[in-house]
Amino acid sequence: MTATATQAAIRLTGVTKEFGTGDARVTALHEVDLEMPYGELVLLVGPSGCGKTTLISIVAGLLDATAGEVEVLGENLTRMRGGRKVRFRGDNIGFVFQQYNLLPALTAAENASVPLLIAGWDRKKAVAKAAELLDAVGLGARLNSYPNQLSGGQQQRVAIARALVHGPRLLVCDEPTAALDAASGRTVMGLIRQVAVEADRAVVVVTHDSRVYDFGDRIVSMSDGRIESVKTRE
Amino acid sequence: MNWVALKMLTGDKTKYFGIVFGVSFAALLMGQQSAIFCGLMRNTTSQIRDVQGADLWVMDKNVQFIDDVKPLSENDLYRVRGVPGVKWAVRLYKGLGRARLTDGNFQQVIILGLDNATLVGAPAPWRVLHGNIEDLRQPDAVFIDEFGWRYLFGAEPFVAGAKTLELNDRRAVIVGVCHCNPTFQTFPILYCTYSQALQFIPQERKTLSFVLAKAEDGESPEAVGERITEQTGHKALTDEQFFWTTIGYYLKRTGIPINFGITVTLGFVVGCAIAGQTFYLFTIENLKQFGALKAMGVGNLRLVGMILLQAAVVGVIGYGIGIGGAALFGYVFERAVKTAPPAFYFSWHILALTGGAVAAIVTAAALVSMRRVLFLEAGVVFR
Ligand SMILES: Nc1ncnc2c1ncn2[C@@H]1O[C@H](COP(=O)(O)OP(=O)(O)OP(=O)(O)O)[C@@H](O)[C@H]1O
Ligand SMILES: [Mg+2]
Repeated sequence: MTATATQAAIRLTGVTKEFGTGDARVTALHEVDLEMPYGELVLLVGPSGCGKTTLISIVAGLLDATAGEVEVLGENLTRMRGGRKVRFRGDNIGFVFQQYNLLPALTAAENASVPLLIAGWDRKKAVAKAAELLDAVGLGARLNSYPNQLSGGQQQRVAIARALVHGPRLLVCDEPTAALDAASGRTVMGLIRQVAVEADRAVVVVTHDSRVYDFGDRIVSMSDGRIESVKTRE
Repeated sequence: MNWVALKMLTGDKTKYFGIVFGVSFAALLMGQQSAIFCGLMRNTTSQIRDVQGADLWVMDKNVQFIDDVKPLSENDLYRVRGVPGVKWAVRLYKGLGRARLTDGNFQQVIILGLDNATLVGAPAPWRVLHGNIEDLRQPDAVFIDEFGWRYLFGAEPFVAGAKTLELNDRRAVIVGVCHCNPTFQTFPILYCTYSQALQFIPQERKTLSFVLAKAEDGESPEAVGERITEQTGHKALTDEQFFWTTIGYYLKRTGIPINFGITVTLGFVVGCAIAGQTFYLFTIENLKQFGALKAMGVGNLRLVGMILLQAAVVGVIGYGIGIGGAALFGYVFERAVKTAPPAFYFSWHILALTGGAVAAIVTAAALVSMRRVLFLEAGVVFR
């Protein structure tokens, strides 16, 4: 299967997600239909609690939808189970988290190599490959620094290197700039745009940081568990 | 990923040392206390192991342990000799005496009186440190065990015949020193002939503590023992049977096992608590990291493997430190305290059981932590 501009990387059909039961039941997503293409940076925006994290968790195979069809990179996640889903995530998806989630005991290069280690790479080769990615995000001089020796922005750049080191076809970022000041946030978004966006990779960035809206090729606005609008640039 | 697991474990030095400390502490306490316990139990049987050369101990049927002497009559010796399958049978006196030292002080001693003709039960040649066992045939002659010598005379060098004791108004001349197994009561041990022993104690009606018997070649000692019991009504035990009978008595009839059991259990519980809690805290603190790994494609099986590896590493290191510490304690103690017989015995059972207990501690710690990691929703990483 090759990726083309006409084929969607992500296709959600009637996706509903409910949490809890009885009185405590919360419907986080209401029958969401959505398509996202390859080769674009898609921003998922909206007020707090509108369901952004829930949506990308389902897209990334971290949560199961209560109802509806979820197709990601040509695979139907709705029917994918346990071990296969774990492998699917490891092989195809890169993650960037708001809190970086780097391992404090590993250096920048070692942290960035983790997805390759998970895939069973030899450690030396994995770290060497990670060093290339760190170079690309401008941290070539900090390979052996530990997370607590790096600024928030630098840590997030390590996280980006880690998310891309194994060449995933989908990159999912949840509020990657929320913990950063404006300048670092723009650097990080600029890097994601420059390093991550490729013709056969889909990139989704959840944000409610309006300062970085201009980095998106497409802005999906959500409100109260529904897609409100999809705007493309130009 | 094993490498990552180890890095995670050793990255947080404080917690890492905390866990290792907990496991080491537990292993040390359990190993050391068990070793002292086994040593003490073993020491209760030291004369059984000291008196070698015969196959069977014949004693009154009500005797429960080696120090529980219920004398037989002279006639019993001949009856034992008459049992088919008995090659020979000789007397053994075993009892306590009161020795007066030259400075006027008194000291309880264990007296072993050996058959005059054969000296069966005498220390083996390699256990004789000074003197010649045949010298026991001289008038008033005794051998003393090395702890007894040190206890009574300190570092004074041995000179044959230079030291005397007084027992029951009879002179006892020390003509030799031998090595004996450390005893439970820690009294000095005196070896002499049977007839000599009778002079060292107040007059008694019956003095035959034990009959030592040898089975004919080709006869099994156990079978001969059963035959002796059938024909004489007395108990006849091999060294091994007598060993376990004696230990069984102390296990059943004294508070010693309970007390040590409590300490060992305490060690286990405290070890579990410290190691388990620290390991749990360690996992909780790393929960986000585990969540991130889970999101990035590390399956539950692999996470279990990582946590078990971490547990195994702290288990092995803690076990090593703890058992090493216990062994060091035993070694130092044995060398520092010269006058008391050591009561420290590291049998392989202790090593195995302590190992098992440590494995249980770290497995419990790992299982508690594992639950949290396994039931962790990968989605938690976005929160
Ligand atoms: N595990 C959960 N259990 C119960 N309710 C949940 C759970 N996760 C999310 N929700 C609910 O679902 C709704 C959507 O939550 P979600 O985290 O997707 O919002 P969000 O758009 O990411 O918000 P924010 O911008 O604050 O991160 C909220 O009402 C939230 O309380
Ligand atoms: Mg969110």
